[in-house]
Amino acid sequence: MIAALTRGRLFLRLMMGLAMVFLYAPILSIIIYSFNESQLVTVWSRFSTKWYVALLHDEQILHAAKISIEVAVLSASGSLVVGTLSGYILSRFKRFRLRALFSGMVMAPLVMPEIIMGISLLLLFVGMEQVFGWPQRDVQTIVIAHITFSTAFVAVVVQSRLAGIDVSVEEAAMDLGASPGEVFFLITLPLMVPALVSGWLLAFSLSLDDLVITAFVSGPGSTTLPLVIFSKVRLGLNPEINALATVVILAVGLVSGIAAFKTAFKVLTPGKAIAQEGQDKCVSPA
Amino acid sequence: MIRHVRFLGSPKPGEGRIWVIAGPFLWFMIFFVIPFVVVAKISLSTAAVSIPPYVPLVGWGEDGTLNIALHFGNYHFLLTDPEYVIAYLSSLRNAAVTSLVTLLIGYPVAYAIATTKETLRGPLLMLVIMPFWTSFLIRVYAWIGILKPNGLINNFLMSLGLINHPLDILNNQFSVYVGMVYAYLPFMILPLYSCLEKMDHSLLEAANDLGARPIRAFVSITLPLSLPGIIAGSLLVFIPAVGEYIIPTLLGGADTLTIGTVLWNEFFGNRDWPVASTVAVALIVLLVGPLMLLQHFQSKGERS
Amino acid sequence: MIADEPAGSSSANPSQAEPNGKGRECIPEMLTISQDGYQPWTDAGIEPQLRIENIVKSFDGFNAVDNVSLDIYRGEFFSLLGGSGCGKTTLLRMLAGFLTPDSGSLSMDGLDLVPLPPYERPLNMMFQSYALFPHMTVENNIAFGLRRDGVPKDEVAERVSKVLDLVQLSEFASRKPSQLSGGQRQRVALARSLVKRPSVLLLDEPLSALDKKLREATQYELVNIQQQVGITFIMVTHDQEEAMTMSTRIAVMDKGKIVQVGSPAEIYEYPQNRFVATFIGSVNLFEGPLVENQTDHAAIESDEWGGKIQVGRAIGYSLGHNTTLGIRPEKVRIAKIHDPMALANRAVGRMKDIAYLGNSLVYHVALQSGKVLKITSPNLGSTSDRQFVRDEEVHVGWAPNACVVVEP
Repeated sequence: MIAALTRGRLFLRLMMGLAMVFLYAPILSIIIYSFNESQLVTVWSRFSTKWYVALLHDEQILHAAKISIEVAVLSASGSLVVGTLSGYILSRFKRFRLRALFSGMVMAPLVMPEIIMGISLLLLFVGMEQVFGWPQRDVQTIVIAHITFSTAFVAVVVQSRLAGIDVSVEEAAMDLGASPGEVFFLITLPLMVPALVSGWLLAFSLSLDDLVITAFVSGPGSTTLPLVIFSKVRLGLNPEINALATVVILAVGLVSGIAAFKTAFKVLTPGKAIAQEGQDKCVSPA
Repeated sequence: MIRHVRFLGSPKPGEGRIWVIAGPFLWFMIFFVIPFVVVAKISLSTAAVSIPPYVPLVGWGEDGTLNIALHFGNYHFLLTDPEYVIAYLSSLRNAAVTSLVTLLIGYPVAYAIATTKETLRGPLLMLVIMPFWTSFLIRVYAWIGILKPNGLINNFLMSLGLINHPLDILNNQFSVYVGMVYAYLPFMILPLYSCLEKMDHSLLEAANDLGARPIRAFVSITLPLSLPGIIAGSLLVFIPAVGEYIIPTLLGGADTLTIGTVLWNEFFGNRDWPVASTVAVALIVLLVGPLMLLQHFQSKGERS
Repeated sequence: MIADEPAGSSSANPSQAEPNGKGRECIPEMLTISQDGYQPWTDAGIEPQLRIENIVKSFDGFNAVDNVSLDIYRGEFFSLLGGSGCGKTTLLRMLAGFLTPDSGSLSMDGLDLVPLPPYERPLNMMFQSYALFPHMTVENNIAFGLRRDGVPKDEVAERVSKVLDLVQLSEFASRKPSQLSGGQRQRVALARSLVKRPSVLLLDEPLSALDKKLREATQYELVNIQQQVGITFIMVTHDQEEAMTMSTRIAVMDKGKIVQVGSPAEIYEYPQNRFVATFIGSVNLFEGPLVENQTDHAAIESDEWGGKIQVGRAIGYSLGHNTTLGIRPEKVRIAKIHDPMALANRAVGRMKDIAYLGNSLVYHVALQSGKVLKITSPNLGSTSDRQFVRDEEVHVGWAPNACVVVEP
């Protein structure tokens, strides 16, 4: 039985190791080959940073990057507001009419194929433009679309954080004379800060990365980075894209990943922090 | 100062809630629900050379009468044209295979993380999530370099002398599967992990104590208890995978037909918005079942 | 010969209690520390501070609180006692304002509480989990309520430091709750709810999160603080010992209804029905028709007992009525030989089980009918006349005034 147990553990370790290789090998290969001098992307010649230099002079990419960052900041902030409210509603208002519809609407974009959201939002915008003369297809339509799909992610993060906050803490504040508005701004919101930080970063990177929905709702003047990358990689491998990808991976992946590491860890294990808080040294001088 | 923020401050707790709910509710009504209605509406129209490129459903006749022209031809077309039927079937197959393979890989990984030392769980989980933070497009693009005829795998195998000719592993069904499994693996691992982590491990000890061998204990205890995680993970992979566009486009061959690519081509290539809308409506209809199942499981998880 | 001086199996250890038995000399085992002869509910001239009238609250058709009425007086330490799901917490949360009653009224000093949200009610609550704000220091936790009321800065500081003194936490003022022990957190929670000087303080299982030793010490501390500040305390608890030790009065609740209200001694000595008698402490019950009923004594005929049981007073039933008598285990005397004191109720039984609890002993004696009688006796040291063995024949008995009529 012991032997079987260790064999089982060995198998699990092996699977985990292989999965990690599977997850990280492509990313590493991109980073490594971005420093390859050869135009033939996968055949190593020698170390060079020339593709990074080329990147710095590519006006099209620089312009698209600027638009992408603008869209990402706006939509992350927008989805932070809508997502925080939605997460708060879903976790604190247990009963209201249409609750099932509401939670369905908030959460469905998590799994809804992007292509459906893309075409439906575009047709809405076109229809609205016909009727109201608004909105023009540019950064604002992209931001609205991005808020709509990334709100769900913020809501999930906020909801799981709220699940770890004892409701009686909010009740206690109310009992001590705080109006519901004060309870939210003085108690709930400060306790949610870690979730808000990681929610914003998540929405930011989702927006920066989105291709399909953006392709539908963007206008001629609002080409984002993924659109540029996609149009280039459809034509095959491109060493400059490797360099760009490395920059994106390092900038978005590492910076936001590290910034969110602690908070995401806490958010994912909300119960544990509370339990530890509750059970530390119970020696009392009473 | 905040004292005056009384948007919830109605005399009875609960009366102010409607205003808090109203904002996000309206947002999703306008930008998530109504668009589907618009899509359904346009799917009943026909293409035209105009801006926008379709015939309005409701128009005024020359004699001032109201004309409503519903055109169901797109749906008929969809059901009879073999190209569409093949696209739907292969999308469903892709999604099903992807769900199954991610489950087979993801389960042991999630189980390994859930049963490892508590201090290691967080970092390992982060390692699984991290790729999700980096660009999807770039991660899929990376596989071109790995799988192509003079890519990393073929170069490596040829340099070892194991093969003489490059394996044909890009631009076909195989590479689509690889890309899909790769991209969707975290979606499977996370719900499985959260389900397995919550599980009381003394149950397994009890089973062992009662004489069950580890395999038997796993099959009769762990597996049934993790069923909610398996279902949630499979749906989280299956639903978006059915409509996947980027992976079949970048890694599939010229003959790769999926709902995503067909819709995209109708919309951007042929500029036939009504047919593209019809394809979208059919996809939504296809996904209603799985979506409701997912919602059911999520609200169940919320309650427990 | 007889193991006398019975000790209440369920009361606090008498040596720990403060000896202040005004008018309670007949019940030495029931030392209730907060009782100092203050009994406003016996004085018709005193208006109750808190009036609970015909309160009903149901969840999904189930009546969690079912037509409850209570009057609570200024300065009381009142306990709502009952098992889980009896409605005690629901009642407390309605007082705090977190739940709205379906019908009935709640008023405090003439003020109708029902339409007021929690943040406008002049009473405060101490939560079972303490519900301290984890992102604020002890000081800021305590000052929170005062700041919401717009109390001037200087006064906030002064009142916070005073209440920190009261709970002996002055040196912990700038710590976060996570840096405190369980007992310290409990006192922060108490200080935070007291600092606003509410007219009534609600306590939801205030001691349940503490370990046993600390809980006992804190019981006395809480009562002392209540007497110092003079605020009415209403406590919810499932722990009968806690309720008995601390309260002026106890309301015993079951299935959403109040089954009895009274001082700890009343509840223990004169349980009105079977539920109260068995919920508070343990009791031996005998049933039988009433066969004698005079002004100074009565008797029932019990097959289980094997004869008549004498009761030292009149019973409010007519002859022949099927009556239930309760007798507390500590009031039954046990001896090896026939009782020379010739108690009116006596019988011979066989020792079935003996449990040694340290400070007392529990005996199970089988009567001739097969009925098992539970007897407790203080541990007075092992002398030969007290060392019982199993299957030994023993004599048991009790005085006529030791038993009480219990309604079914």
